[in-house]
Amino acid sequence: MKKKAVYLAILVLAVLHQDFWFWDDSTLLFGFLPVGLAYHAVYSLVAALLWYLALVFAWPSDAEAFAEQAPEETARE
Amino acid sequence: MTQLIVMSAYLVLLLGLGLLSHRFFRGTARDYFLASHSIGPVLLLMSVFGTTMTAFALVGSTGEAFRAGIGVYGMMASWSGLIHSAIFFLVGIRLWAIGKRHGYITQIQYFRDRFESDTLGLLLFPILVGLVIPYLLMGLLGAGGVVRSLTRGAFPEVFAATQGGVPPWLSGLFICAVVLLYVFFGGLRGAAWANTFQTCVFMVTGLIAFVVISSKLEGVVAASERVLEAHPERLIRGEEITQLQFLTYFFIPFSVGMFPHLFQHWLTARSAKTFRLTVVAHPIFIMVVWVPCILIGVWATAAIMPDGSPVVPSGVPPNTELAIMVQKLTGPLLAGLLGAGILAAIMSSLDSQFFCLGTMFTHDIVTHYFGEARFDDRGRVRLARCFIVGVVAVTYLLSLAQPRHVFTLGIWCFSGFASLFPLVFASIYWRRVTRPGAIASVVVTAAVWLLLFQAGDYGGDRGYLFLGMMPAATIFACSLVTLVGVSLFTAPPSEKTLNKYFPRKQLGGAAVAAAAPVAGG
Repeated sequence: MKKKAVYLAILVLAVLHQDFWFWDDSTLLFGFLPVGLAYHAVYSLVAALLWYLALVFAWPSDAEAFAEQAPEETARE
Repeated sequence: MTQLIVMSAYLVLLLGLGLLSHRFFRGTARDYFLASHSIGPVLLLMSVFGTTMTAFALVGSTGEAFRAGIGVYGMMASWSGLIHSAIFFLVGIRLWAIGKRHGYITQIQYFRDRFESDTLGLLLFPILVGLVIPYLLMGLLGAGGVVRSLTRGAFPEVFAATQGGVPPWLSGLFICAVVLLYVFFGGLRGAAWANTFQTCVFMVTGLIAFVVISSKLEGVVAASERVLEAHPERLIRGEEITQLQFLTYFFIPFSVGMFPHLFQHWLTARSAKTFRLTVVAHPIFIMVVWVPCILIGVWATAAIMPDGSPVVPSGVPPNTELAIMVQKLTGPLLAGLLGAGILAAIMSSLDSQFFCLGTMFTHDIVTHYFGEARFDDRGRVRLARCFIVGVVAVTYLLSLAQPRHVFTLGIWCFSGFASLFPLVFASIYWRRVTRPGAIASVVVTAAVWLLLFQAGDYGGDRGYLFLGMMPAATIFACSLVTLVGVSLFTAPPSEKTLNKYFPRKQLGGAAVAAAAPVAGG
């Protein structure tokens, strides 16, 4: 359930990328940062947060075990 | 002259680091090509980030923000933060597990085995090499422009044609030589160490550049207000970027899933957990590097010198805006340091790409077709080194041709890689994908890419869109539809192959080794 919630949140974030509401807004936040740029800077931080949650709730725990198993065929080296 | 001395000192330092890494070389091919799967979280983060951030990120983003405004960040950086991490998490970790288990070194080895097809390998090889070479050229073109601008006036008599700046043919030669030496001796460990050092350098110097340039422009507030008065269109997306163009940039960052050099970096990871830091920190690092570059590019549109002339005149050569800002607004020592930082960003990609191409020629062509048994470890390392020298020489010669805009060249290169993404994703998650589906998808991708590249004047038409969208969207869609359509109408892969990549789960509950979830047929 938590795994699905994280992936859903990531999908929502992808949709929120299209910030048409700031398209023609030249407001300068803190006097220097264009609001359209600030939005996407925060977007990057939220992306990092959501991927952290994905690591916690959707970690592919089987991958490591798979990597350590001997292959059916001779390895290349 | 001071700038040149500082940049040269940086290159010598880098060379020393590469030679130092050679002392840790264990003498085996696995160590040379994959650093014996010993790379930890910090080195993986820095090397992956350094590899993905190129001239495109620093020089190209500043130049593009100068022309198109702040929308460049949303198009490239914020999409990249989200999608790159998705790929590291969903594709990188899986490929690391498969690669480690089956002993792969190159992407083509994997695809060849996964689809039981030598033809697919032969088909992919020229495409991947053909796409990496423009990527390499981006680096060299960017570096040439930066060094020329930063050293302008240093040698007025020797290099009169470039207003006394070191010409790109000479700086390119020097950069190629340095990268070649540390990769030649240090292998992928050398590249990872150098990338880590270079990533630190370009992040720190980038922030210093931002602080110094903004103070020279009387502070961040004054710099932005000047833009608001003179060029308010640079602070919005407005007419410069269409909604559809902005949306369809979504496809470009998928290129990361098919970069052959990144595949090799992933395989160096010590464990799956090593990826965790990269997945989380990558979007933050992108923000730290890109936001200052975009602001500097936007400020450049309205920045003026004390005599009233613009700091960056309109019509300057492409890719030189950042260097001009640094050169005109800072002292020679700082300009040299910042130049070193820009070179660091560029070289941290060049090394992995040079190394990867050498590895591909060695493993995907020579040892594959002439027999692995004919080459011992030392023979393979020697062979790879010869190929690396050849690749560097060819790339250098190509860079002497007339440059295109770094940003435009990059978009086409990334579009090609991105459109092959359905192939790698399906190979991991879809049991029903077939060899004919994979081959047809690659052929269609290459054909559509070539058609659109031609229609876009081979990168010459900087604003080229197809149906109002980025060309990558169309190529990606064609690739995906072909892959799925042909796969559904052809025989599924052999059970033996499926068991190798999609192991069954044991009766009784415990998974034997399910590296990939079972999806589809």
